[in-house]
Amino acid sequence: MSQGILAITEQVDGSFKNISFEVISTGKKIAEKTGGPLTAAVMGAGVDAIARQAAEYGADRILVADHEGLKDGLSDACIQAAAQLMAHVDPAVVVIGATSSGKDIAARLSARLNAPLAMDCVDVRVDGDRVVATRPMYGGKVLADVSLSGFPAIVAIRPRAMEAVAAQGAGEVEKVDIRLDGTTLNLVEKHLETGKIELTEADVVVTGGRGMGGDDFTVVEALAKALGAAVGASRSAVDEGWRPVSDQVGQTGKVVAPNLYIACGVSGAIQHLAGMASSRVVVAINKDPEAPIFAKCDFGIVGDLFDVVPAVTAEIEKLKG
Amino acid sequence: MEIAVLLKQVPATESLVEIADDGTAIKTEGINWVMNPYDEMAVEEALQIRDAAGGTVTVFSLGPEKTVEALRTALAMGADTAVRIDTQGTLLDGMATAKVLAGELKKGAFDLIIAGHRAVDDDNFQVGPAVAEFMGIPHISMVIRQEQADGKIRCTRTIDGGTLVLETALPALITTQRGLNEPRYTSLPGIMKAKKKPIDTRALSETGTDPGDPMVETIAMRLPPQRKGGRIIEGDSAADKAAALVRALREETKVI
Ligand SMILES: Cc1cc2nc3c(=O)[nH]c(=O)nc-3n(C[C@H](O)[C@H](O)[C@H](O)COP(=O)(O)OP(=O)(O)OC[C@H]3O[C@@H](n4cnc5c(N)ncnc54)[C@H](O)[C@@H]3O)c2cc1C
Ligand SMILES: Nc1ncnc2c1ncn2[C@@H]1O[C@H](COP(=O)(O)O)[C@@H](O)[C@H]1O
Repeated sequence: MSQGILAITEQVDGSFKNISFEVISTGKKIAEKTGGPLTAAVMGAGVDAIARQAAEYGADRILVADHEGLKDGLSDACIQAAAQLMAHVDPAVVVIGATSSGKDIAARLSARLNAPLAMDCVDVRVDGDRVVATRPMYGGKVLADVSLSGFPAIVAIRPRAMEAVAAQGAGEVEKVDIRLDGTTLNLVEKHLETGKIELTEADVVVTGGRGMGGDDFTVVEALAKALGAAVGASRSAVDEGWRPVSDQVGQTGKVVAPNLYIACGVSGAIQHLAGMASSRVVVAINKDPEAPIFAKCDFGIVGDLFDVVPAVTAEIEKLKG
Repeated sequence: MEIAVLLKQVPATESLVEIADDGTAIKTEGINWVMNPYDEMAVEEALQIRDAAGGTVTVFSLGPEKTVEALRTALAMGADTAVRIDTQGTLLDGMATAKVLAGELKKGAFDLIIAGHRAVDDDNFQVGPAVAEFMGIPHISMVIRQEQADGKIRCTRTIDGGTLVLETALPALITTQRGLNEPRYTSLPGIMKAKKKPIDTRALSETGTDPGDPMVETIAMRLPPQRKGGRIIEGDSAADKAAALVRALREETKVI
């Protein structure tokens, strides 16, 4: 049986996404247990230049699939490429990012290879000849350990859950010829919100709830700007049409785990808490001292957010000079 | 358009979850079971397509006896027929679930299959794409808008930090994301009518699909560390409170 690990990377705008380094580092941790080697897969068009970077996180081997058809990173082309790269490595474990496209690739690969899959993992370990992954269920209300039997074990890791650790690998780059036949998805249009910090990748998140009272999020945005934070919203704020669905934090929105989470005018419904409970430090600003969020935060300020939030922003700005 | 919808019954999102004594599942007593919210959107979208283009909507669920309630809700919303695959007490992982569902779907001739992008119990994000793989058809995940014409479907899907518009040929599978639609409520006449519609129940052992041994097994469950009540920051003015908060964040927790 193979002991090799395959780490599948992902890029945006010609550079690696952070999750790619988290994936390689997680692969490295597993490879140390199984005896390795660790191979990084890089799929895209014109990715030669960046591929070597995978060695800086410990990849022993770097397989590059360079193909025009992989330019847009569409899942069906990536799935075909990933399956072909796997044939070169015959890995015991495949690590991939649980991003929107990573999830698609992981689910279809698992079905294609009849291989076990643990999705959206926050921890992975090797226990004897089994891979055991920890993953949140019930929107984060529960943490479950799942044991994977069968090969290769596929683990899709949640962005920001695992640390990217610099490590030196041999990083031998090999180009692999990929054949893409019968891809079925056609890209008509791509729309990326530039300059926006992705909620699931942010170090700090500032969220506005129904207490915002309308679609003017200026006070929350100003605080977010001062902190380099992403702006989130409760479902009520989304339902009111004040914010896009992609900003929603919670059980049926995004699950975030920043170092600092600041909830402004959010009551703290169980579905909201599910999406942010694993944040390291939680601050609540709410005018109702009885709001349930105060029982689930580290620091609370009782007051009108339109007074308190600008005051906090001013303090932060003072600090930065 | 012949449309199939995959739906699962799950604990309502407001449920307080407790771990069962064996430590590998949640306690089911006192749980209010509902249709997975993303599957409600799947049913709604299917009904809108049928009402505009004609055809039928068939809902499929794999689960124990009580799953009938979720199927009845879909029928009350307006679905034409419902199929329940009785798990007969077998515990199936995501892949096995997808295998069995794909086997049943292949017995029909569906142009479009709609699933939720995730079930809010196991949060697997798996069954939709895996069903598409087993059926050898394309899929598009997390769809917030779709339209079909000339045997094709064009979807807007969300990705991290933006959206893509993708097109593919039918038959295809799509999964739903919030923003796609607002699921309708069931009406009293709808509920009355749904009571009379038969539910086609098929035993897992009679489907002809071997789900195989489970490859993913839950061996332990725990509740994540819970926060106790936070410290309320006092002060005479908003500015005082803000200063005290920022000091605490900087000096005590070192997050800024
Ligand atoms: C199936 C389902 C899924 C759901 N999924 C999610 C989810 O993913 N995410 C989510 O967030 N919710 C979700 N919900 C909704 C959830 O139950 C709550 O309704 C929602 O989180 C409430 O949002 P809120 O806290 O912004 O609003 P409210 O509960 O209305 O709270 C507003 C708060 O603002 C405070 N306030 C008002 N004015 C001010 C002011 N000027 N200054 C300071 N404070 C002020 C009030 O005291 C109050 O506490 C879901 C519900 C269901 C049924
Ligand atoms: N037991 C099931 N029966 C029918 N459909 C299911 C079942 N489990 C999952 N699905 C479908 O697959 C979607 C994703 O589920 P999951 O992969 O479990 O997160 C759900 O929203 C349903 O549409």
